[in-house]
Amino acid sequence: MTIDLEAETAAEAVIDRKRRTLTIRKYVPVLGTLVLLCIMYGIGIANYENFYNTQILLNIFIDNAFLLVVAIGMTFVILTGGIDLSVGSVVALTTMVSAVTLNHGWPAPLVMITVLVMGSVLGFGMGCMIHYFELQPFIVTLAGMFLARGLCYVISTSSIPIDDPTWITLSQKRIPIGSFSITPSVIIAAIIVVIAAVVLAWTRLGRTVYAIGGNQQSATLMGLPVARVKIAVYTISGFCSAAGGLLLSFYMSSGDPLHAVGMELDAIAAVVIGGTILTGGSGYVVGTVLGIIVLGLIQTIITFQGTLSSWWTKIFIGALLFLFVLLQRTVVRRTPS
Amino acid sequence: MEQSRPILVMRGVGKRFPGVVALRDVDFRLFPGEVHALMGENGAGKSTLIKVLTGVYSIDDGSVEMAGEPVLFGGPAQAQQAGVSTVYQEINLCTNLSVAENIYIGREPRRLGLIDFRRMRADAGDLLRSLGIRVDPGSPLAAHSIAVQQMVAIARAVDISAQVLILDEPTSSLDAGEVEQLFRVVRQLKEKGLAIVFVTHFLDQVYAIADRITVLRNGSLVGEFRTADLPQRDLVEKMIGQELSTLESLDQQKPALREVEAGRPLIEADDLGRSGAIAPFNLTIHEGEVVGLAGLLGSGRSELARLLFGADRSDSGHLKVDGKNVSLRGPRTAMGQNIAYLSENRRADGLVEELSVRENIILALQASRGWTRPVPRKKQDELVGRYVKALHIRPSDPEIPVRNLSGGNQQKVLLARWLITEPRLLILDEPTRGIDIGAKAEIQKLVVELADGGMAVLFISAELEEVLRLSHKIAVLRDRVVVAQLANTEDVDADRIMTTIATGVTA
Repeated sequence: MTIDLEAETAAEAVIDRKRRTLTIRKYVPVLGTLVLLCIMYGIGIANYENFYNTQILLNIFIDNAFLLVVAIGMTFVILTGGIDLSVGSVVALTTMVSAVTLNHGWPAPLVMITVLVMGSVLGFGMGCMIHYFELQPFIVTLAGMFLARGLCYVISTSSIPIDDPTWITLSQKRIPIGSFSITPSVIIAAIIVVIAAVVLAWTRLGRTVYAIGGNQQSATLMGLPVARVKIAVYTISGFCSAAGGLLLSFYMSSGDPLHAVGMELDAIAAVVIGGTILTGGSGYVVGTVLGIIVLGLIQTIITFQGTLSSWWTKIFIGALLFLFVLLQRTVVRRTPS
Repeated sequence: MEQSRPILVMRGVGKRFPGVVALRDVDFRLFPGEVHALMGENGAGKSTLIKVLTGVYSIDDGSVEMAGEPVLFGGPAQAQQAGVSTVYQEINLCTNLSVAENIYIGREPRRLGLIDFRRMRADAGDLLRSLGIRVDPGSPLAAHSIAVQQMVAIARAVDISAQVLILDEPTSSLDAGEVEQLFRVVRQLKEKGLAIVFVTHFLDQVYAIADRITVLRNGSLVGEFRTADLPQRDLVEKMIGQELSTLESLDQQKPALREVEAGRPLIEADDLGRSGAIAPFNLTIHEGEVVGLAGLLGSGRSELARLLFGADRSDSGHLKVDGKNVSLRGPRTAMGQNIAYLSENRRADGLVEELSVRENIILALQASRGWTRPVPRKKQDELVGRYVKALHIRPSDPEIPVRNLSGGNQQKVLLARWLITEPRLLILDEPTRGIDIGAKAEIQKLVVELADGGMAVLFISAELEEVLRLSHKIAVLRDRVVVAQLANTEDVDADRIMTTIATGVTA
């Protein structure tokens, strides 16, 4: 059986090679995003004066801190193989509730706690529906999206300005970093990013999120708390939406039922461009951060360009999304299940 | 072993599904330090018994005792807590995580509330080494073969305080070397005093590893035997009841000796080929002829079949059906030429689990008639009734959803679906894989009958004996080339074909 021995050695070599490529392949989508980012940044610097200014990069975070926070929650949901369409509406609802309660004279900390609890409860409710009634996340969160948006209009059909001193401070304060500056919102977003990354990488909750995304049936049979974790990710997403809503209300200094229309789609785009696979089980928080920077860079480049209308942003985002789902497809297809 | 107390006792267990009694008054006992094989045909109730035990299904009658205490598990997780772990045929792990994570997920070692990955990998390495499994614990599970994944699943199960380990058809997709590797692990666990339930179809494996055998048939207990006291022949008889005679009569017959009246050539492939899939080949299939394809996995058997069915398009040569040139642009044109193809992955291949046996069988015929001309219900009942009877589809009620049938019976339903379209060439790709001996014998018998009735059959099987038993002519494939075509005469045997496969030269 000498043939067999040779074949075995050859087979082992093939498996070794496969193992190495698989280990690398895990990071391909994120690396892809990073490369894209560098190229775009390079294009920006090459073509536009002042693009190299670090403040440009920081401004991306300042202008997108709320979206980043929302996208972090979305990352949890997508990693389990789910989707949360309600986030944009919950953001808007948060701005409305904040504005109204502040105008009624509620103290700022109480308002913040109230909206965060409200967002979490909404997420929790949708999570329960999805898990216990085995409903499609798409439909349940679509219902949540209409519900939250409708509630905004029940509160008021028009914009409500916020003149609470805490809010004004938070929106106007600049924290210097060397000769540059950021807003408190960026710090809050950064803290949430770090916590999310640690939770996903180093806690049982986080690893169970990946396990469910990898194979929910297996996760159940392995005795993992699938119900708890699935509900938890929608609760986290609800919490992040509310937190994002707070940041948006700092940024806009108003509550408006028209805030954040379609933001759920921007968040999903950021997560996907960041290399998280829509079927779940693979992706990183850092990818989502990169995804947000990519979206921000597109906006910035178009602003610098000056002649293109801002709608070109959407066209570029669309093209990139196509590119990334294609990339994911080739990566996922070649991975044996 | 005999004198110790059983770790697990099931008494008078019964389970009913709508329209089916899956288990009837079954007893089962299991001792520490033994490997206990659970045997039976498809649909005998093996899987159901396991699922009742582990709490996947609720129990309708009877009781389960573990170490003398009555138990009733609410689900696999609860059973695992109590020391009953199951490793399934389909790997129930998460391939996107590392080997170590798959072993420890849900109970990872932690430091300061965070998972201690370094310790986890070290622990996993120790555990795997102690079981003689050589795998890098940090590598992603997806990088490993099914056999290794299977062993990782066992390592996980054992590490979670398993007293009882259930292996549900663990060897179905493993090759001989991998099976031996798995058995080494199983023997080691047995030494350690674990009680192991081994569910399988493979007789040789049972005799290689099991101490005791419990046989089920049609949901009832046939008996519990010591392996040493039960010759293989008797085991087969107990599993399939009176149908053994069918099997034996087939065994002795060699079709080429049955005086082949080769009819007109039906299919003539002339230098037909597809680059990267199968080298150009010539093959003639006559009416009433069974042509067997022999060759190893990946030798191009299925690729050849797919060309004849138009599932892939050829890029060289041409194909004649009935002496007329045809170009198969897809399965639909092939079906128009009365060619039917039962592919090897039947699960993925068009069984609609929610529909009834009747509806599933009638699908292809209905499709060929077009939806504007429904098959009259009376004709449906008549056709379906005939094939349910001819193929011994069980349960015999055609209104039962296909999902309630066992694997072998689902296979027969698919076969029936093609047969009622009255194909002239029937391509069977591994039709008997993963089904039990009884169903296998029935399918083999049917192939002979169909050929006798004038149908041409292209029969693909990994089991040489089966190919030899049924074929008039055998085409041998090696590395995607048809290396030989042998008339299946007296002097052709498994040895000769194996030599041809190994050397590429007709011996």
